[in-house]
Amino acid sequence: MRSLFRFLRIRSGAVGLAIVLLVVAVAFFGRYIAPHDPNAPVGVPLAGPSSTAHLGTDFLGRDVLSRLLYGGRSVIGLALAATVLAYALGLAIGLIAGYSRSKIDPILMRTIDVMLAFPPLLFLLVLITGAGTGVGILIIGVAAIQAPSISRIVRTATLEVSVRGYVEAAVARGERAFAVVVREVLPNILAPVLVDAGLRFTYSILIIASVNYLGLGLQPPASDWALMISENREYISLNIWAVLAPAAMIALLTIGVNLMGDAIARSLGRSYVPRTTRSVPA
Amino acid sequence: MTANGGGPVILVENLCLELTSGEPVVQDVSFAVNAGEILGLVGESGSGKTTTALALLGYTRPGVSLRGGSVEVGGEAIMGVGARAVRSLRGRVVSYVPQDPGGALNPSLRVGEAIMDVLRAHRSESASQDSVHTALERVELAGDPRFGRRYPHQLSGGQQQRVTIAMACVCGPPVAVLDEPTTGLDVLTQDRILTELTRLRSEEGMAMVYVSHDLAVVARMADRIVVMYAGRVVEHGPVDEVIGRPRHPYTRALVGAIPDVRRPRALQGIPGVAVGVGEWPPGCAFAPRCGFSDDRCTADVPPLEEAVPGHAVRCVRWNELELSEAGPQGARAAMPAGDGTPLLEVDGLEVEYRTGRTRNTAVRGVSFAIEAGRCVALVGESGSGKTTIGRCVAGLHAPTAGRILFDGHELAGSARARALHQRRRIQIVFQNPFESLNPRHRVGASIERPLRVLRRLSRADAEREVGMLLERVRLPARVANRFPVELSGGERQRVAIARALAAQPDLLICDEVTSALDVSVQAAVLELLAELQRDLRLSMLFITHNLGVVACISDSVLVMDRGSLCEAGAVGDVLSTPSDDYTRRLLGAAPSLPDRAVG
Repeated sequence: MRSLFRFLRIRSGAVGLAIVLLVVAVAFFGRYIAPHDPNAPVGVPLAGPSSTAHLGTDFLGRDVLSRLLYGGRSVIGLALAATVLAYALGLAIGLIAGYSRSKIDPILMRTIDVMLAFPPLLFLLVLITGAGTGVGILIIGVAAIQAPSISRIVRTATLEVSVRGYVEAAVARGERAFAVVVREVLPNILAPVLVDAGLRFTYSILIIASVNYLGLGLQPPASDWALMISENREYISLNIWAVLAPAAMIALLTIGVNLMGDAIARSLGRSYVPRTTRSVPA
Repeated sequence: MTANGGGPVILVENLCLELTSGEPVVQDVSFAVNAGEILGLVGESGSGKTTTALALLGYTRPGVSLRGGSVEVGGEAIMGVGARAVRSLRGRVVSYVPQDPGGALNPSLRVGEAIMDVLRAHRSESASQDSVHTALERVELAGDPRFGRRYPHQLSGGQQQRVTIAMACVCGPPVAVLDEPTTGLDVLTQDRILTELTRLRSEEGMAMVYVSHDLAVVARMADRIVVMYAGRVVEHGPVDEVIGRPRHPYTRALVGAIPDVRRPRALQGIPGVAVGVGEWPPGCAFAPRCGFSDDRCTADVPPLEEAVPGHAVRCVRWNELELSEAGPQGARAAMPAGDGTPLLEVDGLEVEYRTGRTRNTAVRGVSFAIEAGRCVALVGESGSGKTTIGRCVAGLHAPTAGRILFDGHELAGSARARALHQRRRIQIVFQNPFESLNPRHRVGASIERPLRVLRRLSRADAEREVGMLLERVRLPARVANRFPVELSGGERQRVAIARALAAQPDLLICDEVTSALDVSVQAAVLELLAELQRDLRLSMLFITHNLGVVACISDSVLVMDRGSLCEAGAVGDVLSTPSDDYTRRLLGAAPSLPDRAVG
């Protein structure tokens, strides 16, 4: 675990962590300092910032600041759950396909190819139409969209690592495949696999936001950053903050997560550089 | 040998290179090379030999910069002049043959195009298919008129290296820098490349700087040798002098570390590890590893003194050390005789690899036996199937046909299907020390695993045993807490051996265990293996392409050619009176020190 926190020594990593912590704090604890009920009208719809509503009001006259402080949890929670599930699926499929060296590999990979051929949003819409709207379906759907490409990266990394001496030594010891994969393969493929975790988390936010925006995910009157953008986008000329504030929060979160992701990948990557190719001249 | 007496074509004077942090990398290096002469630049990894060689091309790696001194090539300064001037010199006046031709050739460029590129850069008037053909002809690749249309991946390693040599020679530069050009090639290919280079030198009068850690190869090629240690020249002189009467303790140790197929003897590794940049001790950098050091050695950096005209040495005690101490003495200690019962029997082994619908036979009908306590070497070129046999015995690859008997019982194809005691008693050590240890596990955890899995020790017992095993392979116990990145190649290979020993094996499979190591480190690892074999009565299957190593460690030898066994017998008989033609060719190609080197 110690090595996981080494990324803090990289400045952009520390900055990214600070941004993420800030946005997460707003999302999870903001509700306790919200000045108003997020669902109660506090004034004229689409009024500009004032002393009662610091960021103005939305199209129903609700306080934008309060809705902003309430609306982060669902975005972050859903995107995080979907991304974690996507990695769980992708890692399992990729490791099995890459390590098995049998007919399972082509079968899994061709299935994955078919999955990749679906346009992601269409896939999600069909799923929601068939299975109904709901938080669970949304998470599963987004995870199913992300898992195939993750599993391809995992498989390639696994193929490369599983011919290394330490993996073969474990195989020659007769260790069970599960033990070999978990002890020898997994720790060594995490860096390349996690490089784009930040990007995938961002993508999850965007997909969930799009689905919410289309009115197929979370339903009004729930306060949710993505929903706030979609509800107020037509009135952007009347109170720009109703769109800009939630959009800025999503943007901040995205930037923070990506800065952190890159820094983690770089700090993990360091222990990969073999001694022969380090920058010290031979 | 020298084509003309027109003065040196390479002149390096007091060259000093440093890191951006101010640490010196190369200090006060001076030498000169005449036209048609080959200078061997020798040293272990980290000695600064490659950095010096690259300086001859006006190149420093990122983070390295010139602090002082000058480099002149063909009468023109190449260090510290502008990028444009350097570009016009490279390829025209000085050219480079890299260590890894596979990585050096552009995979998307046909080899003819690659050669043409060099011509266009310097001699656009002669850039034609004819000149490309001539260039390929000079390295004997013109047999197929369409050869120039091939891509690098369609060539063998040896052919790729010839192409890089053709590229280096096409503009007829007076100087070529060769950076370990045959490392990674097997002996027969190496022999052909070396013959090629010798011919180019004598026909074209090229001066060459040949960088290598392999003294035996350098001894064959070079006229003079510069030995480097920790960024300084420690010895410099004609090849016969330096190899035959080495004056510096480090050179002596290097000569003693070379396994020689003509003269099997106990090897002596150099104690300690080569010092890295920034860790150089005051005074003589070799003093901590030197058996002859005293107070004067650690006081000041010794001057480079001329022992006999033309032979300089950087050692305060060169005068006091007896010349007869040069070179190691004595034949290899006799191995304990086997008791005649075979521990491992391989009977009619056949292995096929299937890719798609095509089948490739890697091993066809190989049978042999290893008696308990004996070391059997398996020799052959790359692709001869020797590694596949090792993998079959270790249970990493299932044979297509044939049987493997261990202690009288047939072994299953995959390790999983074998009994626990069978898995425990057969252990394997892999070729590449940089890949054989899990970079995410501490050394201690890597060694502990076989103790827990194969010997079912408790965690406490296993931890205690790790310390003993590290001691056994002569590593300090604190290494257990390190990660593999923090260790050198030789240290990692020792850890890999300790991991194998942890299982208390009866049979140790060594798959090219020393081929990625420096000669001095190789000698130390071989010394360790020989000692372990004697003390623990280990049987060994020693897979290698280096006949010198075979002569030093094994009792009997099996020679493989394209999947079949072509010769087998006691090591002395096979190496002195080979009966098979292929074995004879392998032996003829193996580099060896000149006779006067010993004793």
